[in-house]
Amino acid sequence: MRRLVVGAHYGLRDWLAQRITALIMAVYSVILVYVFLSGTPLAYDAWRDLFSQGWMRVATLLFAFSLAWHAWVGVRDIIMDYVKLDGLRLALEVLVLLLIALYFGWTVQILWR
Amino acid sequence: MPSAAAKKLRPKYLSLPAILFQIRLPLPGWISILHRISGALLFFPFAAWLLFMLDASLASEQGFARVREYLHLPLVKAGLLLFIWSYCHHFCAGIRFLFIDLDRGVDLRTARLTSGVVLIAGLALTAFFGARLW
Repeated sequence: MRRLVVGAHYGLRDWLAQRITALIMAVYSVILVYVFLSGTPLAYDAWRDLFSQGWMRVATLLFAFSLAWHAWVGVRDIIMDYVKLDGLRLALEVLVLLLIALYFGWTVQILWR
Repeated sequence: MPSAAAKKLRPKYLSLPAILFQIRLPLPGWISILHRISGALLFFPFAAWLLFMLDASLASEQGFARVREYLHLPLVKAGLLLFIWSYCHHFCAGIRFLFIDLDRGVDLRTARLTSGVVLIAGLALTAFFGARLW
């Protein structure tokens, strides 16, 4: 029986995704820092208006999506390095995925209230 | 006659005390492990904490005012400072790793130099944003 020994096709994709999502989040971070530093003490109206604009909602959603993928690759790497017991590793991975889903759903709910 | 290397106990298992007290990590190693620790902290609890504050601050004017009050508590400020350091270090170290991916700054001298730059930049940015916060 012939076996493909190099079948884990997701390695390069995740590696690349982690770096692309990092760049997306870096750009978003710089924009948000600029908003924080340029505004004189931030007031509620300005804060709410910022997050009600279309581009900001899309950018924040893109950030949340990037964070979800980036964090999944990173935290899974940490778990693979330190958790040797299969059952515990699987449980932790499921827990992390649930938390990522929760974060993403929460972000969508905040943005489109 | 076996060589000295062959007599060494292999495999060598790393215990926590060994990691903490015996193994002297070089500076690039410190950048790497701090990148990992800060990343884990950012994922949990900091992401949840920030979402909680974003949620409250956008929900209503009262919520916004409550978050502002909340941010004045000393313990909250200390937590926020740790968050800021985690973010800045993760950011700077991440950019360094992106350059290393592109084969830039791989030789020992440059790698050590950029490690120092990353460590100091993370702390300096934390000090800057912390000063704005306080």
